[in-house]
Amino acid sequence: MTMQKPFAITLDPGSSLANKTGTWRTERPIYVDRLPPCNAQCPAGEDIQGWLFHAESGAYEAAWKQLTRDNPFPAIMGRVCYHSCEGACNRAKLDSAVGINSVERFLGDEALKKGWAFEAPTQESGKHVLVVGAGPSGMSAAYQLRRLGHKVTVFEAGPLMGGMMRFGIPKYRLPREVLDAEMQRIQAMGVEVRLNTKVEDLDRTMKEGGFDAAFLAVGAHIAKRAFIPAKDSSHILDAVAVLRSMEGQEQPMLGRRVVVYGGGNTAIDVARTAKRLGATEAIIVYRRTREKMPAHDFEVEEALQEGVMVKWLSTIKSADEGALQIEKMKLDEKGNPQPTGEFETLEADSLVLALGQDVDLSLLNAVQGLEVKDGVVKVDPATMMTGHPGIFAGGDMVPADRNVTVAVGHGKKAARHIDAWLRAASVATEAKHASATFERLNPWYYSDAPKTMRPQLDIARRTSSFDEVQGGLTEDNALFEARRCLSCGNCFECDNCYGVCPDNAVIKLGPGKRFEFNYEYCKGCGVCAAECPCGAIDMVAEQV
Amino acid sequence: MNAPVKFYQTGTFTVGNRLLKPEQRSVQSSEERSNSLNSGHRACQGCGEALGARYAVDAAMRATNNQLIAVNATGCLEVFSTPYPETSWQLPWIHSLFGNAAAVGTGVAAALKIKARKAGQARSDVRVIAQGGDGGTTDIGFGCLSGMFERNDDVLYICYDNEAYMNTGVQRSSATPPAARTATTMAVGEHPGAEFGQGKNLPLIAMAHEIPYVATATVADLRDLEAKVEKAMSIRGARYLHILVPCPLGWGSASHDTIKLARLARETGIFPVFEAEHGEVTSVTKIRHHVPVEDYLKPQKRFAHLFSKAGDAQTLAKIQADADKNIRRFKLLDEEITA
Repeated sequence: MTMQKPFAITLDPGSSLANKTGTWRTERPIYVDRLPPCNAQCPAGEDIQGWLFHAESGAYEAAWKQLTRDNPFPAIMGRVCYHSCEGACNRAKLDSAVGINSVERFLGDEALKKGWAFEAPTQESGKHVLVVGAGPSGMSAAYQLRRLGHKVTVFEAGPLMGGMMRFGIPKYRLPREVLDAEMQRIQAMGVEVRLNTKVEDLDRTMKEGGFDAAFLAVGAHIAKRAFIPAKDSSHILDAVAVLRSMEGQEQPMLGRRVVVYGGGNTAIDVARTAKRLGATEAIIVYRRTREKMPAHDFEVEEALQEGVMVKWLSTIKSADEGALQIEKMKLDEKGNPQPTGEFETLEADSLVLALGQDVDLSLLNAVQGLEVKDGVVKVDPATMMTGHPGIFAGGDMVPADRNVTVAVGHGKKAARHIDAWLRAASVATEAKHASATFERLNPWYYSDAPKTMRPQLDIARRTSSFDEVQGGLTEDNALFEARRCLSCGNCFECDNCYGVCPDNAVIKLGPGKRFEFNYEYCKGCGVCAAECPCGAIDMVAEQV
Repeated sequence: MNAPVKFYQTGTFTVGNRLLKPEQRSVQSSEERSNSLNSGHRACQGCGEALGARYAVDAAMRATNNQLIAVNATGCLEVFSTPYPETSWQLPWIHSLFGNAAAVGTGVAAALKIKARKAGQARSDVRVIAQGGDGGTTDIGFGCLSGMFERNDDVLYICYDNEAYMNTGVQRSSATPPAARTATTMAVGEHPGAEFGQGKNLPLIAMAHEIPYVATATVADLRDLEAKVEKAMSIRGARYLHILVPCPLGWGSASHDTIKLARLARETGIFPVFEAEHGEVTSVTKIRHHVPVEDYLKPQKRFAHLFSKAGDAQTLAKIQADADKNIRRFKLLDEEITA
């Protein structure tokens, strides 16, 4: 039976879906993923944007799991990492960088509070790896190797785990309960740690223990010296010894006027420690200017706030009992300090030298094929393997920046390549995505928000105790901080493309599944790409 | 006790937001949205009107539980959505003439009223919207619309304002802004483009009828638009919604700039976004990042003559003065602009 149609109407009403407007298109939108600057910057290779994504919805355990895939020490990192990620953060161009470090600390502390643990591997590989040094690099490698199913034994020369995190970083920056808890969590996975066990001869240890591979991560514990003519009665110490003795029963005797010689973070740590030990004056003597100082600016600032003084453009010529002779310097055209011949006397009960540290490489003496240059071991930067097959190295003992985060990154990278080497395979590396630059964002869509400042203990309290200087975030402001993330370069399912398409040509696939373009109807106008907040859509020319 | 966190990354600026509760999300973010104006329509790439119509009608569909009839004036929206025998509309939809959409809307509403009365109901659950472009609204359909207002008929009239007769080849309408080039206001002579001091401000005219509800919106602010449609549908009587919908063809802008231009129209103060009840302004959307009118005008070829080598600082100053006047009049900025 035919439908009754009005006068002069011969066809049934049809849907415009019959009209495939996709044929109009000269450009097509495609979804892309880009490498966010924070992730690109992280020396430990953390997927920062990835774990912030979970934290944004309050899924802290998922966030912590995502984070610890790359770095097993979020509570430590959240305190001592120099967070260069925040320096790269695109949000800084809007208001201020996302407080990534403070959220990391929150997640780390939350994990300790809730007792979240790492899972032991489900399968044992049957291989046994030696790790030398229970510092950040060694324990990072031990963790990653254990996750991959290898048996791991860590040899540590010192009496406790942590390496330079314990003997180089003062308590006011890293409370020891936190350090211990994150170390023990790795032990709990079945990693064996032998304390007070110094490896004297690596070759012998490897053979005796039947190890299949080794990762060396010996810290820089030997203080560099400078020649300063001194009378016997002068009181000269080195920074490593001072910080190390803080871990023992007897605190170092520094006196009321303490002079620290050097311009790195260690010099700052010693000066601040001296203040806390009751010094009325802690004076840093540094031969260049503040701009040239290698120490991190925020640490210099905190030290100055605590009353640490700095004599810029000064060197120490000689040390007498209770007094130092200082020569004033000036910078030449190249920015190098040059002596001026002007001298002055600085009263001091003690002088602490913080002039850099070396690594004790004596364990390598009998090992073939290693190349040592400038006091560090040469490694292939792609794999962290030394010239001796099966022996890998990282942390302070290889050529790189010396900090905890770099060390953790070395441990992770080495572990992956040790695993591959043991299986006689190579690590499959995916090409990195192109950078998610600020110019690709549409910042209109992000709510305006200032950075939540960490509550800082007041200066008086800070200098008189070894309590932590940086306070943590509460859950509320951690959530707030996480939600400031722009998700640069990667879809976070804001539904903008789905909403703004004038042609309903975007298909929403549901939570976690993102979207798809319906190229049957997409006319290629590009509104979705223009209005994507995070720059995850590219327009590409159609093949004609 | 911790205060609740009130920060949601993109808040309500984006279409959706996984951090908001489902009931706080927009109609357009839902996989269940009615897609009242479906794919396959013949609007140009990046058409603001097609987008605005789907935004508005989908929101009205949700507000009325899909009990909605649409009446359409002649214009782009009618032509591109219903070339015989196809239709993109997924709701009952009727087109009659260019100038009578408001009157047809009145008639449909009256018929529904009688049907409800005969069925023993106090009033019909089925609601009516009438819609058209600026030509069909501010010029040709103006008499019918004014009558609909004056009688307070139960119709929501939606004007999709793209500021000229785009369907017939970009002729000036009474909604065309001063200095804009159209086919009938060429960029020639002493005062190129449309005249200053002419045209109508229909939202203000609607307000003068003291009808229950008048509002303006743009395709750049979805949540605001949806909220206004929802509010309009909660009210009985004559209501008017005026939505700015950029037209890549008529404005000479890039197809991907449609939403950006709507946003800039608001951020410059050129297009004030507000709502009014019974003739009084009840709320305005404040400017978030105030920018000069050049930012809005420059990407549009219809204003290209203002940015030629010689430039036209005088005309730009006049347009800026108009925008500043809007800012003062509707208090679009927290701090006053001193002229």
